[in-house]
Amino acid sequence: MNSQATAPKVTKETKNKIRVEFERTDFWTRFRLKYLSLKFVTTVIWVIFRLVLLIGISYVILSPVLSKVFSSFMGREDFVDVTVKYIAKNPTLDIYKTLMIEAEYFEAFFNTLTLSLFCAVLQTFVCCVIAYGFAKFKFKFNNLLFALVIFTMIVPHETLQLSMFVNFKAFDVFGIVELITGSPINLLNTYWPLTILSLGGLGFKNGLYIYMLRQFFRGVPDELEESAYLDGSGVFRTFIQIIIPLSVPMMITVFLFSFSWQWTDMFYTELFFPKTSINLMPDVVEVIPKALETQGFAGQKMYEAAIRNTSSLLVMAPLLVMYLFCQRYLIAGVERSGIVG
Amino acid sequence: MNKNVTANNAVTPKRRKAASLDKRKAKAGWWFIMPFLVVFVVVYLPMVIDSLRFSFSDLNFTKGGGYTTTFVGLKNYHEALAADAEFTEILVTGIKQLVFDIPAIVIFSLFMAVLLNQKMFGRAMFRAIFFIPVIISTGVIEYVDQSNAMLTYMTDSSSAVDDGSGAMSASESLAAAANLDWLFGSMKVGGGLVKYVVDIIANVYDIITRSGVQMLIFLAGLQSISPAIYESCQIDGAAAWETFWKITFPMISPMILVNTIYTVIDSFTRSTNSVMIYIDKIYAKPDGTTLSSAMSWVYFLFVIVIIGIFAFAISKYVFYQRRD
Repeated sequence: MNSQATAPKVTKETKNKIRVEFERTDFWTRFRLKYLSLKFVTTVIWVIFRLVLLIGISYVILSPVLSKVFSSFMGREDFVDVTVKYIAKNPTLDIYKTLMIEAEYFEAFFNTLTLSLFCAVLQTFVCCVIAYGFAKFKFKFNNLLFALVIFTMIVPHETLQLSMFVNFKAFDVFGIVELITGSPINLLNTYWPLTILSLGGLGFKNGLYIYMLRQFFRGVPDELEESAYLDGSGVFRTFIQIIIPLSVPMMITVFLFSFSWQWTDMFYTELFFPKTSINLMPDVVEVIPKALETQGFAGQKMYEAAIRNTSSLLVMAPLLVMYLFCQRYLIAGVERSGIVG
Repeated sequence: MNKNVTANNAVTPKRRKAASLDKRKAKAGWWFIMPFLVVFVVVYLPMVIDSLRFSFSDLNFTKGGGYTTTFVGLKNYHEALAADAEFTEILVTGIKQLVFDIPAIVIFSLFMAVLLNQKMFGRAMFRAIFFIPVIISTGVIEYVDQSNAMLTYMTDSSSAVDDGSGAMSASESLAAAANLDWLFGSMKVGGGLVKYVVDIIANVYDIITRSGVQMLIFLAGLQSISPAIYESCQIDGAAAWETFWKITFPMISPMILVNTIYTVIDSFTRSTNSVMIYIDKIYAKPDGTTLSSAMSWVYFLFVIVIIGIFAFAISKYVFYQRRD
């Protein structure tokens, strides 16, 4: 480029004022340099491709939920009407109403809420404590004991299904309970089995939470605790007053996981609550209400599928509401965790 | 000389004090992991041992909630592996399916994490949508979806109303619309690879719902890479493609190992897994309880072996950055 042509012309107008005249590059040159370069074209193509891809996948994720929502408002006649695809011609709340009455949705809701909230709070705290112990203290067998945590993660539920059932049906710790009460106690149909497992960080997927929190605590600089020790704070006080407030986003992440997985969990609830004495969320799904008269109806399969979908909507609705409020903590918690393998 | 002695005197008590602090800290460490240790030893370990014992014996429930066991040796294992032809078949196909699914899930979640990590319009919204499956596609909800999909599969699915297997049909129609066989058929790649890609695209919903946690872990990993490295790369004039393979990929490789192992564990212990469903079916039979124990131990051994193979194969290529 010619430096002579592009050099700005400076003229002095008054004592404190100068005038600078640029020779402006003409529009076409600027346009060509900016927009007709290969880099710009590839960037545009990439941005479009990215957007299409993300929207496409979002559609794949959201479409089943949306189609469930649409079909839940359909009346009986809509399931035999071929012209009905998404929008119901006879919109009705019948399915919701019947499910709430016959499947005792609200009772199941409050029971599951109690159970999940209790388990999630307990598991989050216990996993936090255990993970902190594994992350920040050097003691003998640290790695070996952590391998046990991984072991509990790998063992499939089905492996322990039978022995969990048998052991909690006649619960006993080295024969101590029998010594006191005369016979082992039956813990099935109570909240105790899940409480005991949660207390030890052995509940549903707790190995993953311990792993995540351990990685998080490893990223917390040691100097923080050392300065607390120097100021005379004990190990436990340091943990409660310094580490816990620091790890709130990560704890919310774990709480969110724990709560929602406990909420939808079928394995433990069916194992520990074999008789439906306590109505829980899985019981809502199993019911096809009689009042809706699905038997012998031409669109029976579709209708029953819609009913089941509606009940699963009822199960997931509280989770979605909670997720809406917590999702920014989820991302923030994970972003700050600095999980390193 | 004199100076030296005083220095020594000054150092010795300090060192002793440090050692005692370490010891105190080690003790505190035991206290922190105590809940896990106690419940593991008192409740969990007896269950594992019981489960192993059951797999080697026959179980009879007596009246009043008790039970008796009789040792039968390897009978249950023999029945699972030799007598029951269906189990071995399901096991083999299940494991094969899984080994094929794992690379798809890991690569997909890495790709998506890289995408969601870029600065763009609507990033927060896309992230929120992408992690919805982590929350909702588990347990009961997944069970409903699966049973409905099964129903549609068994009966004719020509009806007009979308019955909630919408996702499956959406991704299948996607695969059909793109006419992938034709698209890849003209390329000079092996037929096996074509089939693999087509299968993955047909199961894209499944892959997406199973890669939520992995995406989170990758995203966390990407966040922990120092921006200074990318900056110096840019100054040196590296292209985005090069930067990915020379910087992002090695830095994220520990996470690839973690995610692969997590994917194996998650897929194997997922209750919608075909092997799990079969074991559950056996468990529900009146005389199948101990047999199901034996089957799940066989299954567990396979899981361990596969995790070992993957961990060994990947850990050779993992790059660990030294942080000081």
